[in-house]
Amino acid sequence: MKLLVCISHVPDTTSKINFTEGDTKFDTSGVQFVINPNDEFGLTRAMWFKEKQNATVDVISVGGAETEPTLRKALAIGADAAIRINAEATDGHTVATYLATAAKEGAYDLIIAGRESIDYNGGMVPGMLAAMIDANFVTNCISLEIDGTTATAVREIDGGKETISTVLPLVIGGQKGLVEESDLRIPNMRGIMMARKKPLTVVNPTAEASKTQAVAFEKPAPRGAVKLVDAENIDELINLLHNEAKVI
Amino acid sequence: MSVLVYIESEQGKFKKAAFEAASYGKAVADAMGSSLVALTFNTEDASELGAYGVEKVLNTNSVADFNAKIYADIIKQAAEKEVASVVVLSSSADSRYIAPLLSVGLKAGYASNVVAAPSSLEPFVVKRSAFTNKAFCNTEISTAIKIVGVSNNSFGLVENKTTAQLENFSPSIAPSSTKVTSVDKASDKVTIADADIVVSAGRGLKGPENWGLIEDLADVLGAATACSKPVSDLGWRPHSEHVGQTGKPVATNLYIAIGISGAIQHLAGINSSKIKVVINTDPEAPFFKAADYGIVGDAFDVVPELIEKLKVFKAQNA
Ligand SMILES: Cc1cc2nc3c(=O)[nH]c(=O)nc-3n(C[C@H](O)[C@H](O)[C@H](O)COP(=O)(O)OP(=O)(O)OC[C@H]3O[C@@H](n4cnc5c(N)ncnc54)[C@H](O)[C@@H]3O)c2cc1C
Ligand SMILES: Nc1ncnc2c1ncn2[C@@H]1O[C@H](COP(=O)(O)O)[C@@H](O)[C@H]1O
Repeated sequence: MKLLVCISHVPDTTSKINFTEGDTKFDTSGVQFVINPNDEFGLTRAMWFKEKQNATVDVISVGGAETEPTLRKALAIGADAAIRINAEATDGHTVATYLATAAKEGAYDLIIAGRESIDYNGGMVPGMLAAMIDANFVTNCISLEIDGTTATAVREIDGGKETISTVLPLVIGGQKGLVEESDLRIPNMRGIMMARKKPLTVVNPTAEASKTQAVAFEKPAPRGAVKLVDAENIDELINLLHNEAKVI
Repeated sequence: MSVLVYIESEQGKFKKAAFEAASYGKAVADAMGSSLVALTFNTEDASELGAYGVEKVLNTNSVADFNAKIYADIIKQAAEKEVASVVVLSSSADSRYIAPLLSVGLKAGYASNVVAAPSSLEPFVVKRSAFTNKAFCNTEISTAIKIVGVSNNSFGLVENKTTAQLENFSPSIAPSSTKVTSVDKASDKVTIADADIVVSAGRGLKGPENWGLIEDLADVLGAATACSKPVSDLGWRPHSEHVGQTGKPVATNLYIAIGISGAIQHLAGINSSKIKVVINTDPEAPFFKAADYGIVGDAFDVVPELIEKLKVFKAQNA
């Protein structure tokens, strides 16, 4: 089984979000980048397929040279080879188009991406990719088993979950549940050494027009101070929620 | 030309998020001087949609079970039939599943998590939340057809009385190798996605045995229950209740956080809720800086009393 894991290189969850150039660009100064948390769950599940079902695992990212440490980390965790598509990830559609080209070339059976990235937050790349390469697609995926060419996936729905039976080729939008938090791996010394020798191929894409453009960013308006209510005066809280906030 | 809205229903009833999507669609249609068409599945009576400005309803009875690919294809055919220039969906799990597929099918740019009506039609610019609610991004959609995913509880319900004409729609349906084999869903519980109020608790509750308190409070308020990440990692509560940057986003009218410290990852996911109430023993807990109302106190004293007082309040205001 040939498996591809899509890796989005995103600001660490503790990052403060600021913008520069007249609020048109994300300010990366002082920001730590990590593997998108949803992708990390997917990568860890991919390691299981590698170890238990002999899958080969490639990782791919669309981005500049600054994303290479993130790809190297994925190699250190155990992926076999990495591909970097040398382009700025301008919008979901563009990223999906580049990934689709690579996915077709590699003839992957299974592509694991994340439910959403924590930076752009589009929740769109995996679905678009699936549609472009005419693969089956399951998002919000919290469990995945492969048996030959059939797949059984569990998808989180609003208020519950559903089990889906489908066939490869398949694209997944994964999240926690695919593996547990405690299954996540930290690269060890051996992994880091081996990762240096693994192939990281850089591909230049053909030009692609994006369908959406970020015009300007905004930060949420600063909020007023909290109104503290005495623990002995619960009636006051109910009164405020009813008459002032009008939410009960 | 028209604006098309995809209307979801649940057990034969239209979802509130669908009415919100229709309200949004009506605002766009009015601004463009066009009309609002809705697409429903397996509906007999669509008159309720008239309240939100829907003039025409295409209903299809061609599929029984949900299938994202097939639904996306049907919405595409409806959009083409109605010459839609904007297609509006909600932010439900199903809508978010469908929208990217539809986007490729219609060659239409898609903006998700949209929180406000377009600030301009030419160019078409919408405000969406990004960086897991830590910021907003004004996004231009530059394709002829535009797809907008409206964030829950962001636009609200706006009534616009008209009469909705129901029309039968028979799209062509391609076979699919994807099938839902089982659904596991509590029908008696309010879901985080659909709730107006969410009651959420963290490690301050000490252990799973104390969650009766949280469920009781949720019951009185008709609320959904949620929790912080460590609580689900510890197995005290199911993963589906984990909210925050790496869990579910929450955008409700009222979010009550009990024994949750207010870490940046937690706040990121719940920030777009309108009113936030915090109950925490520690006056220095960061959550107080992000809240509208707060009580410094022990959950085990405050919550039981809150439940009793709310029961009295509910009885009086019934
Ligand atoms: C990559 C990453 C992603 C993450 N994503 C998320 C996420 O999506 N969602 C999330 O929630 N967290 C997330 N976290 C974890 C986050 O950083 C915090 O660790 C977590 O939110 C803390 O949970 P808590 O508030 O329940 O527990 P604690 O931080 O332990 O806080 C417990 C609080 O309860 C209070 N308390 C104690 N006893 C009582 C009492 N009797 N009555 C009232 N209050 C009491 C304490 O004063 C304290 O403020 C993430 C972390 C990382 C590293
Ligand atoms: N620049 C990128 N390179 C590779 N994969 C990406 C990129 N952006 C997004 N993805 C994948 O698509 C998923 C959803 O991203 P998004 O649609 O941006 O929310 C992520 O979890 C990744 O798996």
